[in-house]
Amino acid sequence: MLKKLLSLPIKHRLLILAGVAPLALLLAFAPFVFEVLEQPFYLRVASRILVFALAASSLNLVLGFGGMVSLGHAAFVGIGSYVVAILAWHASNEVPLSLGPFVIAGTTDGLVAWPVAILAAMLSACIIGAISLRTSGLYFIMITLAFAQMIYYYAVSLQQYGGDDGMRMRGRSILPGLDLSNRTTFYYFALASLALCLIFLFCLARSRFGLVISGIRQNETRMRALGIEPYPYQLTCFTISGAIAGFAGVLMVNLDSFVSPADLSMARSSELIAMILIGGVGSLWGPLLGAGFYILGQLGLGTLTTYWPLFFGPALIVIVLFARRGLVGLFVPGRS
Amino acid sequence: MVAALEIVHLHKMFGALKATDDLNLDVVEGELHAVIGPNGAGKTTLISQLSGQAAATSGEIRFFGENIARLSMPQRVRRGIVRSFQITSLCREFSALTNVALAVQARAGHSFRFLRNAQNDSRFTGPAMNALDQVGLAHRADVEAGHLAHGEQRQLELAIALAAEPKLLLLDEPMAGMGADESHRVVDLLRELKRRYTIVLVEHDMDAVFALADRISVLVYGHCIATGTPEEIRRDPAVRNAYLGEDAADAGSP
Repeated sequence: MLKKLLSLPIKHRLLILAGVAPLALLLAFAPFVFEVLEQPFYLRVASRILVFALAASSLNLVLGFGGMVSLGHAAFVGIGSYVVAILAWHASNEVPLSLGPFVIAGTTDGLVAWPVAILAAMLSACIIGAISLRTSGLYFIMITLAFAQMIYYYAVSLQQYGGDDGMRMRGRSILPGLDLSNRTTFYYFALASLALCLIFLFCLARSRFGLVISGIRQNETRMRALGIEPYPYQLTCFTISGAIAGFAGVLMVNLDSFVSPADLSMARSSELIAMILIGGVGSLWGPLLGAGFYILGQLGLGTLTTYWPLFFGPALIVIVLFARRGLVGLFVPGRS
Repeated sequence: MVAALEIVHLHKMFGALKATDDLNLDVVEGELHAVIGPNGAGKTTLISQLSGQAAATSGEIRFFGENIARLSMPQRVRRGIVRSFQITSLCREFSALTNVALAVQARAGHSFRFLRNAQNDSRFTGPAMNALDQVGLAHRADVEAGHLAHGEQRQLELAIALAAEPKLLLLDEPMAGMGADESHRVVDLLRELKRRYTIVLVEHDMDAVFALADRISVLVYGHCIATGTPEEIRRDPAVRNAYLGEDAADAGSP
């Protein structure tokens, strides 16, 4: 990446530095900046951007990188959130949770609840992917949406856990040596999680697996002609994405101390897609830029008018039409 | 002489259209077998059925004795049957080198490796570079496939097929759309390759076909009307009548 950067003309190098350096500094020192400005609310906004960037990155892996347009990705995020919240609910109400023949105790321990949540999201992605990936194109989009809607209505029907109104979580998950209820700690934890995820995705993209996935998006017939059956690779990619989405859900419920069916609705899925489109489809930094733009834009317009979507929608259309590579395209020079 | 490929009573119907009509053909191991015929004779359809991209309606395709007619394309590739495409089929965002390296990677086993950088893994880029060198494209290795000139894309298509280390190479008009220089280079390359691989070649360039082929089969309306050495085919009255004509037959003579 550095080699690629150095091979660029000096003008582009300066442009990238001018864009990236302040952003990196802001991300690294956000807690101090907002402390000095006495604006703790904005630290929460910054954390929210990071968590949404993580969720959007997971979608970007299948949609941007793998070319699988999933319209129900919020479901996997929501499953991650619900599992953590439900386990915490049973812990604080001291009611055991019975799952058919198994009866388990609730827990607020992150070391237990988080892996369970991530596994649940991963397993759902694996099952839904196994069925959806038998189709492609428009059918794939519709089937992922249908599954997500099923999970949405299932969440609505969970009366014990607040049904339509959603459920509160009394405190954040407990991790050894980390106090997540401290907002600065939480921010850095989210930042580290996102950084790790992006490093993982960066490596994945260049690996043997990544080349195959990208090849399938570019030309599926070519991959078959090389002796590569696309299905198992696509399913693995979808499952990995589900796991990352579940982790984003774990962080989201800890940030908000609240989860409701809205968190796994189709509206949330489309928000994630919008973030990717704004940031740059298939690019590593796209989801972060897109999440930042989306959440700050929503916040900014929201203070001006209740009818913010009326202005936000057209802005999105303009970006998609005129900056096809998204915000990333403004910093990184395009192909000639 | 071992029959690498035996095609027995092969039929392919598109609705009422017989694209392949009771085709019988065998290809001997190590030979370069050219398939010629007028437009619409079912040459590309035949290549598609051999490679597994299209399913035959009925009949058998035996590869070293095994009936492969019902196997998927990836399964056939793993047995060593590799095709090139008449209409270039590449990963346009990848460099020429990565396109070829992917073929080497696919041959090396499964690709469930998630972290190590494969783009500068010499186990893949080494043989890939060799294949590019063979087709004369080594100097363009780092160029995105989508940015290559049309003729270069055709060369790349060939390099990918070679890198897959085929036992049976199915070439669908490898010289289509190439300039004269590039065509000459490919003819030279095929002459080099023909002892090492068993090759089925579909090509419209009759000079190339008659210069290269050990045997030629002539397809008309999906049916094979003649098979023989270039000399036999040139003299065959049915072939002259159906396809070659007097002039074309003369053009092919030395």
